Amino acid sequence: MDLDFNQEDLDFRNEVKDFIKEFYTQEMKDELARSKNGSASKDLHLKWQKSLYEKGWIAPNWPEEHGGPGFTTTQKYIFETEMAHAGAPRTIPFGLSMVAPVLMEFGTEEQKKKFLPDILSSKVWWCQGYSEPGSGSDLASLQCKAEDKGDHYLVNGTKIWTTLAQHADMIFCLVRTSKTEKPQEGISFLLIDMKSPGIDIRPLITLDQSPAPYQEVNQVFFEDVKVPKENLVGEENKGWTYAKYLLEFERGNSYSPSLYRGIKKLKDIAKDTSIGNDKYLINDIDFVSKLNQCEIEVQALEFVELRIFSALSAGQRVGPESSILKCRGTELQQKIQELSVEAIGYWSSPFVLDTFANINEPSIGPDYAMTITPSYLNGRKTTIYAGSNEIQRNIISKAVLGL
Amino acid sequence: MDFSFSEEQTLLRNTIQSFVQDNYDFDRRREIIQSDEGMSKDNWKQLAELGLLGVPFSENDGGLEFGSVETMIVAEEFGKGLVVEPYIQTVVTCGGFLRRASEAQRQEHLPGLISGDEIWAFAYAEPQGRFNLADIKVSAAKNGDEYTLNGDKCVVSAAPWAHKLIVSARTSGDQSDKNGISLFIVDKSSDGISTRDYKTVDGSMASEVSFENVKLNSSSLIGEEGNAYPLIELVADETIAALCAEAIGAMSVLNETTVEYCKTRKQFGQPIGKFQVLQHRMVDMFMQYEQSVSMTYMVNLKLEEEDLERSKAASGAKVQICNAAKFIGQSAVQLHGGMGMTDELNVGHYFKRLSMIETQLGNADHHLKKYSLAS
Amino acid sequence: MDLNFTKADQEFRDEVRDFIAENFSPENNTGQNIEKYHEVTSDQMKEGILSWHKKLYKKGWIAPHWPVEYGGVDWSITQRYIWDQECANAGTTPLIPFGLTMLGPVIIAFGNDHQKDWVLKGILSGDDWWCQGYSEPGAGSDLASLRTKAERDGDHYIVNGHKIWTTLAQYANWMFCLVRTSSEGKPQEGISFLLIDMNTPGIEVKPIITVDGGHEVNEVFLEDVRVPVENLVGEENMGWTIAKFLLGNERTGIAGVARSKKAIDKLKEIAKSELNNGEPLINDSSFNKKITELEVDLTALEYTELRTLAKESQGEGPGVESSILKIKGTEIQQKISELTLEAIGNYASPYITPLSVRNFGSNYLEVGPEHTQGVAQNYFGMRKTSIYGGSNEIQRNIIAKMVLGL
Ligand SMILES: Cc1cc2nc3c(=O)[nH]c(=O)nc-3n(C[C@H](O)[C@H](O)[C@H](O)COP(=O)(O)OP(=O)(O)OC[C@H]3O[C@@H](n4cnc5c(N)ncnc54)[C@H](O)[C@@H]3O)c2cc1C
Ligand SMILES: Cc1cc2nc3c(=O)[nH]c(=O)nc-3n(C[C@H](O)[C@H](O)[C@H](O)COP(=O)(O)OP(=O)(O)OC[C@H]3O[C@@H](n4cnc5c(N)ncnc54)[C@H](O)[C@@H]3O)c2cc1C
Ligand SMILES: Cc1cc2nc3c(=O)[nH]c(=O)nc-3n(C[C@H](O)[C@H](O)[C@H](O)COP(=O)(O)OP(=O)(O)OC[C@H]3O[C@@H](n4cnc5c(N)ncnc54)[C@H](O)[C@@H]3O)c2cc1C
Repeated sequence: MDLDFNQEDLDFRNEVKDFIKEFYTQEMKDELARSKNGSASKDLHLKWQKSLYEKGWIAPNWPEEHGGPGFTTTQKYIFETEMAHAGAPRTIPFGLSMVAPVLMEFGTEEQKKKFLPDILSSKVWWCQGYSEPGSGSDLASLQCKAEDKGDHYLVNGTKIWTTLAQHADMIFCLVRTSKTEKPQEGISFLLIDMKSPGIDIRPLITLDQSPAPYQEVNQVFFEDVKVPKENLVGEENKGWTYAKYLLEFERGNSYSPSLYRGIKKLKDIAKDTSIGNDKYLINDIDFVSKLNQCEIEVQALEFVELRIFSALSAGQRVGPESSILKCRGTELQQKIQELSVEAIGYWSSPFVLDTFANINEPSIGPDYAMTITPSYLNGRKTTIYAGSNEIQRNIISKAVLGL
Repeated sequence: MDFSFSEEQTLLRNTIQSFVQDNYDFDRRREIIQSDEGMSKDNWKQLAELGLLGVPFSENDGGLEFGSVETMIVAEEFGKGLVVEPYIQTVVTCGGFLRRASEAQRQEHLPGLISGDEIWAFAYAEPQGRFNLADIKVSAAKNGDEYTLNGDKCVVSAAPWAHKLIVSARTSGDQSDKNGISLFIVDKSSDGISTRDYKTVDGSMASEVSFENVKLNSSSLIGEEGNAYPLIELVADETIAALCAEAIGAMSVLNETTVEYCKTRKQFGQPIGKFQVLQHRMVDMFMQYEQSVSMTYMVNLKLEEEDLERSKAASGAKVQICNAAKFIGQSAVQLHGGMGMTDELNVGHYFKRLSMIETQLGNADHHLKKYSLAS
Repeated sequence: MDLNFTKADQEFRDEVRDFIAENFSPENNTGQNIEKYHEVTSDQMKEGILSWHKKLYKKGWIAPHWPVEYGGVDWSITQRYIWDQECANAGTTPLIPFGLTMLGPVIIAFGNDHQKDWVLKGILSGDDWWCQGYSEPGAGSDLASLRTKAERDGDHYIVNGHKIWTTLAQYANWMFCLVRTSSEGKPQEGISFLLIDMNTPGIEVKPIITVDGGHEVNEVFLEDVRVPVENLVGEENMGWTIAKFLLGNERTGIAGVARSKKAIDKLKEIAKSELNNGEPLINDSSFNKKITELEVDLTALEYTELRTLAKESQGEGPGVESSILKIKGTEIQQKISELTLEAIGNYASPYITPLSVRNFGSNYLEVGPEHTQGVAQNYFGMRKTSIYGGSNEIQRNIIAKMVLGL
């Protein structure tokens, strides 16, 4: 057990820092600072992902044979920490960290050749088609069906809450291929071209009111959509296994680096917020003690993360303990967002519809205030999606506590 | 001691309920808040015709001469409908000042307010002052029979619609002295006033208001020069009492909606309301609501008490409301799952209004301190 | 709607104050007075409670919530509020609820004339001390699963079984008891409500020492205990209806608002005398904030209780809303005890209990300032409040079902 970095690690850290300095431009920073929901224009994300791609760092979790950088666990940690510290754009996960691992594990050679390089280079964008109006937490009850028509499947149904579907070229979908007694056993994993005839995308506007095309989620309708058989991943009716594999692979990213960054930003705000009499919010003990409480909880989470990663690097699998990360990570993120709204006082109330559009107009109140309330509102999603926190607690009680 | 409503009060509640029912279904509200105007002048006229804009004013002044309980009823029902028309700003807050203004001022201004011809807004907040009502830089310099107003007010609720403003300004003393503060009635169209109007997160509107050498006649001064602070505190407390009522209205709808949703939404082959964690969360929401109702009654019944007691009541109520608003708003979204995140459902809109009520006239921390000082 | 006290109310307040001043001497307050806790031997405690009980009985104020014809008092809700307030302010000894609040109303609603006569008289006068025999080792929250059984043998029931957590059974001469008289149908349908003389052969009471070191609860073993059939309340197998009626009453008054107010005042006093970096703890913004939050919460509960009482006086209730009073009331009491423990800092740790005093002598008492005595015990002891009287989880289930319709 030790917490120190060796010289190699320190060199690597400098390399990451230099990279960020060079490629995370002021222009990008300004644009991202205007985002209500954490995403910016597709262009920005493409540009950023291209530069990571060229550096060979786009997919820290991929094995080297497919183009991963072969980071050690410590390097991964340093990489993530530095990225979060700088507030660099996140990479859009649907291709890189969701569908790709599934393809590597269960895809045919052809599928790997066809899809992985384009995911790596960000040439093809993916979205995730799991949830349906009637199937959220109870995902296995999904209804969107794919009928076998010889050389293709005919897909009919609807997917909802599909993040960034408006930008996607491909969607990976869970579809029902058979009506079985256990609903889990009739599900397949299909890759669908978003330009196929019969697909219709409708934006869903969320609380933060990011207007189209900046909306985060969509409903996707499928009407007699033809999907070639070669786009089936693995075996028919085994989709649930792959979906679960994906969920597990998805876990194991850390929250604490970006939480620390959130706290730092919050401190800056508190330093900048006058409370009268030449005093600032950072001098207000009540506020500061809430901030400190938060920081201590983030530190506790950081050490849970470090414990899990070190177990990982020792070759153990991420277990259901990672549900702790999801619960605490998202709840702390929400707490920081909540305190940020509290910090800016009356400046929480002005509403700006399109935060990107008026980029040249002066903001109402301090410039950082504009996106704080929308981010708080948008942040409520984190305890709902990717397995709601209630579901995560159910998982912990069942799988860890044995209840 | 008595917590029941009189027949007259119940009648008043029914009147407002039918107004809200007829004019404020969710789609109609959406149209109103998305329009350029941002409110409905027709609704405002109707409120005037129903006599509601005259609720707190004496019969002599052309009002209904009702008390705080009636104002509470109005605000609570408006809260249920998420009414955006600036009732509290105009009638409770500015009306609160005008009720205590001189005979001449009342005669000049109240008819226009009660008839619905003029909307009023109170400009008090300044960027540096946070929630301290005495932290005022906007200055009113006296020169003979005239005052000259200079400085900036921020996030002035309802100002885009207002014809008249009531402005707190410093006539003497240091930046946060309680002495030396005066209140002025200002015509928004006066020379030297510029505004930047915008929508707010909860579907209302506000402005940044700047005063540059705005000339005011001394007849626009409310009360005595330099002694306005106690009156500002009084009216702020009355406004808090009304905001609390609005909040419990909004909370009651959110709670009902959430319980209803959990009874109908099925996952894992059963209504999600059968899961005990969700049940207990809804019970906690319900308890927070009941506690908030209690504090809202309490503060509205204590507005006539002497300053310290009244101020303590208002701060206590605001603390409870802030905590409950946060808990109920966040929980309602959570229990609705993805649907709770949409602009399409009313849940998010109630959540936003409740979140904004948390900050209005001071958040929980601010009022905890005030409460403690008053104890 | 108004909060005003009438002139009559104010006169009533004076009358109450005078009465308490004349009749209650703080030395007698040995029941719950935490500073004195360590000095109290069991018998003193019992005497303290009974002495105050008898004075109230003489005055006719012993059972304010009973109907007048059975010996109650015709007080308005305002008067009841004033009474609670004044008792808390004076720190009077809490009365034992088993007869007055629990059994009394049951007998009034379900008892026959003979029972109404002897049971109520004994409760009012304080001559009978009742305890509650509901819980069993296997039947807590799931009370209906109880197994202590009563078999009919001529004009007697023969009772066999095991009750647990029986509060102050060591002083009781009577116990009201839920027993199984039938194992047919739903478990709720085979339960009866029996009154049992604690001096009947076959009854054994064994103490349970709780985390606070006190002897408050007991196990009661019943072996072939003969109970006359005339001690059955209501009909055979309708015990569950009676039990539920009783639980509803058990919860009102459980909010304990007036006493919590007093406890907060006390906490503030302590926080004034405890030093933190050379300054009174009360000036510490963080600590002060916690107290203030609690005060606001308690004020909200006070008005919730008043609203409930007001409804009740109009003939509604006590409804399920009383579950809110139980939950919030006990949470607040626990929080006060927690903050008090926090306030006394290091002196939270000396562990002084009636037993340790008995074993090690009274110089054990001099550890720490006076106001720290008994604080830790009280904190541990208060954990019970969210467990008994229907645990707070069970209360939430009740609200979910009965109020929210879930
Ligand atoms: C912003 C956003 C982006 C999303 N992006 C995507 C995406 O890209 N692709 C995709 O497929 N999906 C996406 N989702 C969908 C997301 O995964 C679902 O919202 C989530 O699974 C919850 O399902 P639901 O919304 O139907 O809520 P429900 O399942 O109806 O849940 C409602 C409430 O009930 C609770 N609940 C449900 N079951 C239980 C239980 N057994 N025990 C206790 N409590 C329970 C939940 O926790 C929640 O509080 C996104 C959602 C959001 C909000
Ligand atoms: C886009 C998306 C992303 C997601 N991400 C994740 C993720 O990262 N991690 C994750 O774990 N989940 C995630 N989920 C949630 C996922 O949908 C499932 O809830 C989860 O995988 C378990 O599903 P299961 O059907 O095997 O149910 P189970 O494992 O059988 O149970 C799931 C939950 O429901 C409860 N439950 C099941 N059946 C019943 C019943 N009959 N009565 C009462 N309660 C019942 C269980 O207690 C448990 O809490 C995600 C969902 C979506 C749509
Ligand atoms: C100091 C003290 C004095 C008492 N005095 C008396 C007395 O005089 N006479 C008498 O008859 N009894 C008395 N009791 C007993 C008391 O009523 C029981 O302790 C209570 O009913 C809980 O039962 P249990 O202890 O068996 O806990 P359990 O019922 O085993 O409960 C354990 C935990 O599980 C939770 N739980 C149980 N069921 C559910 C559910 N359905 N949903 C969610 N959570 C649940 C409970 O809330 C609790 O947290 C006393 C108890 C104490 C501590």
